[in-house]
Amino acid sequence: MVTTFLRKFLNYFKESKKKYGVQWWILVIGIVIVFFVTLTALFPGVFAPYGPNYMESGDQFAPPSFQNIFGVDNLGRDVYSRVVYGSKTILGVAFVAALISSLIGIPLGLISGFVGGVFDRVLSLIMDSIFSFPGLILAIALAAMLGPGIVNITGAVAVIYIPQYYRQVRGQTLSIKEEVFIEAGRAIGASKLRLLRKYIFPNVLATVVVIFSLNIADAIMTEAALSYLGLGLPAGIPDWGRDIAMGKKYLASGYWWVITFPGLAIVSLTLGFTMVGESLSELLNPKLRDK
Amino acid sequence: MKRILKYFTIRLLLTIPMIFILLTLIFFVLRVMPADPVKSMLGAHAPERVIEQKRKELGLDKPILAQYVDYLKQLARFDLGKSMIMEQKVITPIKDKLPATLELIIFGLIIALVLGVFLGAYGANNRGTGKDTTIRLYGLIVFCIPAYWMGLMLQLIFGIWFDWLPIAGRTSSRVLVAEFNNTGFYLIDTLIAGNIPAFLDVLAHLVLPALTLALILSGIFVRLTRANMLDVLNNDYILAARARGISEKKVVYKHALKNTMVPILTMLGMQFALLIANAVLTESTFSWPGMANLLVKRIHLRDYPTVQAIIILIAVMVSLSSLIVDLVYAWIDPRVEY
Repeated sequence: MVTTFLRKFLNYFKESKKKYGVQWWILVIGIVIVFFVTLTALFPGVFAPYGPNYMESGDQFAPPSFQNIFGVDNLGRDVYSRVVYGSKTILGVAFVAALISSLIGIPLGLISGFVGGVFDRVLSLIMDSIFSFPGLILAIALAAMLGPGIVNITGAVAVIYIPQYYRQVRGQTLSIKEEVFIEAGRAIGASKLRLLRKYIFPNVLATVVVIFSLNIADAIMTEAALSYLGLGLPAGIPDWGRDIAMGKKYLASGYWWVITFPGLAIVSLTLGFTMVGESLSELLNPKLRDK
Repeated sequence: MKRILKYFTIRLLLTIPMIFILLTLIFFVLRVMPADPVKSMLGAHAPERVIEQKRKELGLDKPILAQYVDYLKQLARFDLGKSMIMEQKVITPIKDKLPATLELIIFGLIIALVLGVFLGAYGANNRGTGKDTTIRLYGLIVFCIPAYWMGLMLQLIFGIWFDWLPIAGRTSSRVLVAEFNNTGFYLIDTLIAGNIPAFLDVLAHLVLPALTLALILSGIFVRLTRANMLDVLNNDYILAARARGISEKKVVYKHALKNTMVPILTMLGMQFALLIANAVLTESTFSWPGMANLLVKRIHLRDYPTVQAIIILIAVMVSLSSLIVDLVYAWIDPRVEY
């Protein structure tokens, strides 16, 4: 299943290079960004000249120079090294959170769409209510009540994205359910579970991949926002959002580098995942593809 | 008219379960979690007896379900309750802060719409050119910028380097708010009072936060307008208009843009949640004395009733905005039926 999906995807990739132009470039740039940041997150020691909490990386508030390319913060820590180590934190939280939401949202959506009835109605109403509410505010409430901690923040971020998977998967299940091949599966005696797993799930997979990518982009923004508001991770873990909140205090003195670089890092990482997600959504959408 | 009235009634009834679900969710989230409001209120070292007494006073010693029923009864009387931390009704600070948030949101939304729709239409009209690509990239990038960072960058450039605009609060300390405060919407209040220096001061304070919000939201409008405009431009009536020899400019900006506004309008209702989320971040960056800032502060203080009230209010605002948009849509498009 995964291999056929990959092969299909590679084929689209080759064809669409000719067809799409800008969209193809957007996808490539997105993949490059994501790949590069994943590398820094996996091997921060290779990219960073100093440790994230090492307080003698340079003079306090030293501007960007050859020794400290992004400058030095109020505690004498190298901003560049903190950005590199911070990628590990934010990418980890966003990825795990997206994984949790998808693992809860997808099965619920499949079952809800397939079974229908009261179960589907009630669950849909709950999911729609959460979906329509500003996710960040829900995450703020959850994070504040759970208290700081990497597990708590990941959980708070994960909860608010469940409805996205649920709604998309449910909607697709509803339409796939009516297809002839499901009828055929039923006729040869496939059980309900088998229908869900082997007949319906592979057909929603393409959508799920798109949501997953966009979800990580969104989760990165949410994690950073929670940290910025002081509801994020405990001190000691390098964190882009908190570094910006800290640098904000010294902004009036003109120390622009303390906030500029972590912010640019958030923007580029979010942009990377958004570019990948949106390009995939265009390339995998048969309606758009054949236009 | 009858058709719209029926539609309105059904839509209104549908929003009630939504608000109810959110309220229930928040109620239990706030209570199941380990944090203790009484301890955070009295300090960790308060004697056990005092803590117990305060808990009884607030009704926190009852089982959660009983507390929930009490809360619903109270809400049924349209009473949002009293703050746990301050000797005030929950509604008092909200009434005080809501106008500040609305002023910011409305101002930001107007700039975002104008900027976004114009850029999007311009991009669609120049499809495939360098201008179009630039506009598309703008829409993509701006959407990925955190509101607080955008705000801080604008503060850095316009507030600190150039020193043109103030970077915090709604007014300078030399402006006496009590002299004109009436509705809480300072822009309107100062105009009514005819206090032009105060009006300019309020306006100057509004520029950067509103611009922050506007730039971020403009990204969505750029993309929506561009995508919908491309769809509309493929319609037969556009071909017909062109065939009649109407100038290209008129076809695009009059005929096509008008029809593009309908789907944009529907999306406007959905963007309200995003608007609120970004308002939280903008307010905290600019020390804006609004509702979002109040929410974050009260969450830190574990003031349950105030937090619940603000969340309910946001839920109501979100539903209302989508209700209004749906109604306008039903009014514009007679094919809509429920």
